[in-house]
Amino acid sequence: MSDQEDDRQAPAGTTSSAAPAVSIAKRQTNRRRVLRTILLTGGVLGAAMSGFLPLVYAQKKRLRPPGALDEKDFLSSCIKCGQCVQVCPVSAIKLADLVDGMGVGAPYIDAREQACDFSCDAVQCILACPTGSLTYHKPDFLPVRNGAALAAKPILLAKEKDAEPTLNLNERIGVARLVRPEACLAVQGKGFKGQTRGPGFKGKMRYMAVDRWKPIPIAEHPYDVAECDLCASECPIKGAISIETVFAPDGSQRKSPVVHEPCVGCGVCEMVCPVEPTAIAIEAREVWKV
Amino acid sequence: MSERLKRRFVDQIKVLFGWDPAKPSKPEDISPEAQKIHFYKKGNRDLIEQKLHARAHAEHGNKWRNRRWATLIFANLLFAVSFALDIQILEGALTASRFVGFHLIDLNSALQVMLAHKHIINNLLIGTGTVLVLWVLLGGRTFCSWVCPYHLLAEWAEKLHLFLAKKKLVTDQTMDRRLRTVFWIVFALLALATGYTVFEAISPTGILSRALIYGPGLAVLWVLALLFFEVFFSRRAWCRYACPIGLTYGVVGIVSPLRIKYKLDGCFHEGDCRKVCLVPHVLDTVIKGRAVETEVAIGPDCTRCGLCVDTCPTGSLTFEVKGLSKLM
Repeated sequence: MSDQEDDRQAPAGTTSSAAPAVSIAKRQTNRRRVLRTILLTGGVLGAAMSGFLPLVYAQKKRLRPPGALDEKDFLSSCIKCGQCVQVCPVSAIKLADLVDGMGVGAPYIDAREQACDFSCDAVQCILACPTGSLTYHKPDFLPVRNGAALAAKPILLAKEKDAEPTLNLNERIGVARLVRPEACLAVQGKGFKGQTRGPGFKGKMRYMAVDRWKPIPIAEHPYDVAECDLCASECPIKGAISIETVFAPDGSQRKSPVVHEPCVGCGVCEMVCPVEPTAIAIEAREVWKV
Repeated sequence: MSERLKRRFVDQIKVLFGWDPAKPSKPEDISPEAQKIHFYKKGNRDLIEQKLHARAHAEHGNKWRNRRWATLIFANLLFAVSFALDIQILEGALTASRFVGFHLIDLNSALQVMLAHKHIINNLLIGTGTVLVLWVLLGGRTFCSWVCPYHLLAEWAEKLHLFLAKKKLVTDQTMDRRLRTVFWIVFALLALATGYTVFEAISPTGILSRALIYGPGLAVLWVLALLFFEVFFSRRAWCRYACPIGLTYGVVGIVSPLRIKYKLDGCFHEGDCRKVCLVPHVLDTVIKGRAVETEVAIGPDCTRCGLCVDTCPTGSLTFEVKGLSKLM
């Protein structure tokens, strides 16, 4: 710091206007203190405002947990406590880091790594949320975007035989879309045998045939299908996706996964897709378009 | 409360917002009893001998510091352990949590969320109420020194700063304490205007709490930068001049019955307490000739950390619960 230099250059002219009780040295000290105070103000506010940068050039849209309010409301109401993280049986929810700017500490789901397969049956993350950022019923003052609302409460296949087979969800968090049809095994008419995503993949899922209450690593559940239909067979929601016969642009017939209106955007199809990179993916916060 | 203490009570609220404490200027600012003690101390030649005697027999312990560190580490570990072992005692992080099912919500975070979101949610209100009652009872800024994980790191950084300062390698660059009030207002307005909880993005308390529970991320770099600044440039800068959480809890502490009490007659005015204190402006009353009564309660900006209680060689500073001594 250049404190000493400043002392030497104490301007004599300014002393005349000084209050007599304050010495030159004291005034110097005070002035430097004011400068430092302004500097710290700038520093802290600069750091705070840098949180906006990632928002300005946001490349990726984060998939939020089920029941999340629309992004702007979600970020303003989330208190960044991670209680949703703590209750998730498959650890699908992660907290965002510094690169997410204003979203530091806000929860998101990376569906390709670990999707929400509703292993908890009741959407526990919503129950855990203390601020209503994740909510079963959106309050009246918050509008529902066109196409975000589900036509009916989604039926969870795992609970289909229960007295109450539906999930308490009114809006989707995204929509699955076949983003790379040319890579899709079903489109190519190929089957799939072995561990989807390979032996090192950490993602978990519950298989009703194995244990309803205990999700297991996907790597421990190899597949053997003559025609790949993993996205459709593993989808936890009734009627959200099916393998259909469709017409290709050249007029020939082929198979293809088709996403239907009940899709909630949970991301299981994206997680289990054996192709790298995935052929089917969730478009976060996307709405259903007819 | 005497008229003088009432005036001091108001003055200490101004001190909380960053103004310098008022000095008693007229003789009638100080009670006759306190004046007598001030006078007696001035004329007493045995005082130096007494002082040395008290020094020699002083039990300089770390009782309160150790209790406080243990509490702080325990509270933060309870969060981490609850999640790591899935025992569900204290779920969440310092910003919001559930203690065996009861909602607890940090007052400043709740405020930020309400200002940004502009709607009040029931759970938020319940949790905030619980925490408000808790910290009114326990002393407001007690949160800072007994719970906040950044406080502990900053205390260690302060030790390093003081060591370097002793070696004349660094000097403490003090700032205007009113800055904290400015930040409080600015962050409140930012939340209101932008709809984002801007402060939460840089709050070292939230960042550290989440890092302890969910694992560290890049955001910890910001905390390290703050600590670096405190070690090399300005002693305890974040807690003293910036943190709006401290001010929020300080306001809660205005009405708190738990505080530090100062007794004038035994004090030798050596100022050891002011040297260890995070907020020495609250201890202005211990300066020779400043105490307006024989017993003075320390103001709301005090974090009730107990360092002064540990340090005082004469036992003139003690923890007190207002009204409890009358009851018992």
